[in-house]
Amino acid sequence: MSKRVLMKGNEVIGQAAIEAGCKLFFGYPITPSTEIIEYLSKYLPKAGGTVLQAEDEIGAINMCYGAACTGTRVMTASSSPGMSLKQEGISYCAAAELPVVLVNVNRTGPGLGGLGPAQSDYFQSTKGGGHGDYRLIVLAPSKSQELYDMTLEAFDLAEKYRNPVLLLTDGFLGQMMEPVELKEKPASPEVDKSWIVDGAKGRKKRIIASYSLTNEIGEANNLRWEAKYKDIKEKEQRWEEFYAEDADYLIVSYGTTGRISKSVVLNARKKGIKLGLIRPISLWPFPEKAFIPYKDKVKGIVTVELNTGQMIEDVKLAVECKVPVHLYRRQGGMLPTEDEILANVEKVFNLASEEV
Amino acid sequence: MEKVFGRPKGLTEVPFSFCPGCTHGIIMRLIGEVLEELDIIEDTIGVSPVGCAGFSQDFFTCDFVGGPHGRAQAIGTGIKRALPDKIVFTYQGDGDIAGIGTQHAIHTAARGERITSIMVNNAIYGMTGGQMAPTTLAGMKTSTSPHGRDLVINGHPIDLPKTIATLDGAVYVASVSADSPKNIIQAKKAIKKAFQVQQAGLGFSFVSVLSTCPTNWGLSPQDSLQWLRDNMMPVYKLGELKVTEEVKNL
Amino acid sequence: MAKVKILPEYCKSCRLCIEACPKGVLKIGDKANAKGYYTVIAADEEKCNGCTLCAIVCPDVAIEVYK
Ligand SMILES: Cc1ncc(C[n+]2csc(CCOP(=O)(O)OP(=O)(O)O)c2C)c(N)n1
Ligand code: SF4
Repeated sequence: MSKRVLMKGNEVIGQAAIEAGCKLFFGYPITPSTEIIEYLSKYLPKAGGTVLQAEDEIGAINMCYGAACTGTRVMTASSSPGMSLKQEGISYCAAAELPVVLVNVNRTGPGLGGLGPAQSDYFQSTKGGGHGDYRLIVLAPSKSQELYDMTLEAFDLAEKYRNPVLLLTDGFLGQMMEPVELKEKPASPEVDKSWIVDGAKGRKKRIIASYSLTNEIGEANNLRWEAKYKDIKEKEQRWEEFYAEDADYLIVSYGTTGRISKSVVLNARKKGIKLGLIRPISLWPFPEKAFIPYKDKVKGIVTVELNTGQMIEDVKLAVECKVPVHLYRRQGGMLPTEDEILANVEKVFNLASEEV
Repeated sequence: MEKVFGRPKGLTEVPFSFCPGCTHGIIMRLIGEVLEELDIIEDTIGVSPVGCAGFSQDFFTCDFVGGPHGRAQAIGTGIKRALPDKIVFTYQGDGDIAGIGTQHAIHTAARGERITSIMVNNAIYGMTGGQMAPTTLAGMKTSTSPHGRDLVINGHPIDLPKTIATLDGAVYVASVSADSPKNIIQAKKAIKKAFQVQQAGLGFSFVSVLSTCPTNWGLSPQDSLQWLRDNMMPVYKLGELKVTEEVKNL
Repeated sequence: MAKVKILPEYCKSCRLCIEACPKGVLKIGDKANAKGYYTVIAADEEKCNGCTLCAIVCPDVAIEVYK
């Protein structure tokens, strides 16, 4: 039964994981993600699951690796420095094609950084992060309802593609209180479990590992993964458009800044500026398809990011450099105001005179 | 005539990938025998390390998982927490478990994780060509301690089973050797006990096995055995280092 | 009556069995296996008492013993 509640963003993720049938959570506390492990420590056991606080993030991700090998729904959550520690394990999960759900509540960096919201882990999340040529499916919610819905979906996607799925949020979304509808999870599609290890009873033994003995096998593996990534790229691009259809100018922004940018668009429209928004929801695969109708049409794009300019590279590729693409960014935990974003859009495109 | 010795059912037909005379193979066989004798092949999931034993997944007839260097116990923990009724063991070199993976060694034991870990102590990094390991003896020459392990620069070797025995969650800890028929028989008893401890759900069980690396020690297989006796045994004392009351009553 | 059987495809010619055998049954033969190892043979077969010491120390499970 679905019900409407007021909850902290991080707790919403925890509740959604329980609803999704997550049975094991391995983690290590780090602000601003800690409420996820705290919430689950309280409620997952009541749902027949277990939370284990690992010795560190390396332990946590490798425990996820082991649990995922058995076909059990498993999750870990952390924030930026912790995600750095997990990268080797994530690479192994991708290579072994394990359905692990990961959450990164992005804080600032590099180094220890601060606790404020940031999007500085965009490259790490979308380009591999660890060693080797792999991709995670990366989902970027921008409100509590999406935290819930996307956490639910992350488990299905991970199993469907046998690939780790990363939910990329930030300290702002994690700490924010917002009403959410806790929907009942629809039944998950049947998935093939003929690969899991659970003891070779009445069947041939199975091995889950990622070492390739010869270069020929190595290349065959890479080609197999590549084909999977291509398939995901084709089928799983997600985005939201907001006043984009007739827009002269577009903001491209995800997550927290994607949310702020909606108000910017409304304010611009009041001033007579035809501004629209494309809000990427899947960061990998990046929603290139969203730009097809606009790349020969709009006069300019501004990406609004909480980093030195990371997603802007994917936007430039998506519009094939046919449109000037500018960056407006704040860093170190600072959030831009609606006014400052709009002022910047006006400045880079010389729009002040167009005001009515 | 009846076969009184042969390949145990716990092992596949795949020949071991180890160098000639390397006692890794003896330890693998002992585990294969124990899996057969306890009739747990179909209930067991092994976890292989990165190192010379990195191909263990091919050698055993049970399900197997391989992951990153040093992480076998964390992976084993994940498997066991998902499938508490299955038997989970890790097979790891000394570099794997006492070097890069030390944090898992300590915490898996402290948690009393109901898994079994077998450590193969050959005092060196075999797979990567004979570098210094956490277990390399004082004065011992390796490719990264070419003048001998200098205790001032490199510190002291770690006797991991001794450390593990101090942790409450570890209920059975044994230090054994694969150098002679007598010690091999002892080693098998310890390995068997370690698996029985897990079957009884008593806590973490750990067996460290002294093993040779003729290739990187630069000795013949036979001389390696003698070198192990003369140099490793005085430092890494053999015996059951910890047997809790519950384990004694098994 | 006992018999020791060497499985040449597994033998790596490490000699540990030769040293372990109290009766001097085993020695290196003059035939190489596919990997190029001159494999062990039971040269003095009739001396074997089936003690299995050679098999216990064999690191490659290359020895079977019958009694
Ligand atoms: C993160 C990481 N660091 C280093 C290595 C390289 N490496 C592979 S095996 C190994 C040491 C193995 O030594 P040990 O665990 O003692 O096992 P042995 O080979 O002696 O049986 C090292 C350093 C690796 N694979 N991964
Ligand atoms: S390198 Fe050493 S430890 Fe590795 S298989 Fe060869 S002899 Fe054994």
